[in-house]
Amino acid sequence: MSRPVRRFSRTERALHWANALGFFVLLGSGLVLYLPSLAILVGRRPLVKDIHFWSGIGWVTVLALVVMLGDRRGLRRTAEDLDLFDADDVRWLKRRGDAPQGRFNAGQKINAALTAAFTVLFLASGLLLWLGERDTRFRFASTVVLHDGLMYASLILLTGHLYLALIHPATRHALRGMTLGTVDEEWAAHHHPKWKPE
Amino acid sequence: MDEPARETHRYGRGVFLATVAGGLTSLVWGKSVWGRVSSAIGPAEALVPLVPTEGWRIYTVSGSMPRFDPQAWRLTVGGLVASPANLTYDELRSLPRTDQISTFHCVTGWTVKNVHWGGVRVADVLASAGPAPNAGAIQFVSMEQPYVDYLTLDQARLTDVMLAYEMDGKPLPREHGAPLRLVIPEMYGYKNVKWLQQVNLVETPEDGYWEQLGYDVDAWVGRSNGYGS
Repeated sequence: MSRPVRRFSRTERALHWANALGFFVLLGSGLVLYLPSLAILVGRRPLVKDIHFWSGIGWVTVLALVVMLGDRRGLRRTAEDLDLFDADDVRWLKRRGDAPQGRFNAGQKINAALTAAFTVLFLASGLLLWLGERDTRFRFASTVVLHDGLMYASLILLTGHLYLALIHPATRHALRGMTLGTVDEEWAAHHHPKWKPE
Repeated sequence: MDEPARETHRYGRGVFLATVAGGLTSLVWGKSVWGRVSSAIGPAEALVPLVPTEGWRIYTVSGSMPRFDPQAWRLTVGGLVASPANLTYDELRSLPRTDQISTFHCVTGWTVKNVHWGGVRVADVLASAGPAPNAGAIQFVSMEQPYVDYLTLDQARLTDVMLAYEMDGKPLPREHGAPLRLVIPEMYGYKNVKWLQQVNLVETPEDGYWEQLGYDVDAWVGRSNGYGS
């Protein structure tokens, strides 16, 4: 009988789910602002704009609070893990998954880096849109293109993420790590052989 | 022979920083690149009508979108004119018709090319109303309260300024201002008042809805609102 090993701390899980919740609220309200068919169906644009703006502020505020109040040392270790690529990681990318991986595989590392970058860019372009409505100095013709483009790029990442976390038989066990915090030891040894769980 | 896996590189932060840098610089190159991508995939756009690549965004300022009632709706032409008018929708449609294809620019950066408008010239409406000598501007009042905007008479007499009741061969859809909207392609969309119900001649232009919130009164495309300066 294989035993569960801890993959994600409570702080990490809180960060993940706060990010997910914020993303979906922002996606929903943003699509109402963006897609003509939804804009017509829902109406009440000023209200939806306020919801979208304040959800965005709430989103980054909660993320910052989780980092400040949570296990920062653990987060720093995880960030270090995600940052560093060794030769096996590069091989894993070149050979489409055929190289031993640590706690995170190279795809997860890239996903994490892109997600963090998109968060910064969503926030920057969103603030520019909000400020630009109030002051010409913050108005750029391409802000809306960046904000929309980020939405498309995030949806592509999210689709892959959800497929691997919920559907793909070999990987969906990982969802347990993000809900209960633990994964099966044998599964970990198979998918992340270089990871030494504490 | 594989090299040993001990050496590590900080590619994670590399990907992060490159993406942030690329995204921020796109504030300079984003729109032109998107324009080219969008015209390249133009045919595919029709297959996914949900996705407005080079398409419209629907902007409103109030809680609900005005609804056009053909029986009740009137266009009133009043203020400083010799002969005020109160036109039904059918009377409006029986005025001399004009068609044009022009590009629509929103101040927030999106553009819709080659929109086919059908309607009446503002210059024709003015000529039949007969502006008083002291009239210098037109107030356009929307059914969407409190949306209002103004053009000077000179601006309103530009040859492609019109009141449009058709768009791309169909009656103007509700979200585009049914039954009637102002079209002035030289200026950003916020001057192109939707859901028109009143055209009033006044002495001087005042600040319209967005101008009261800091946008330029003369909204020339490419040379107002912080662009092109």
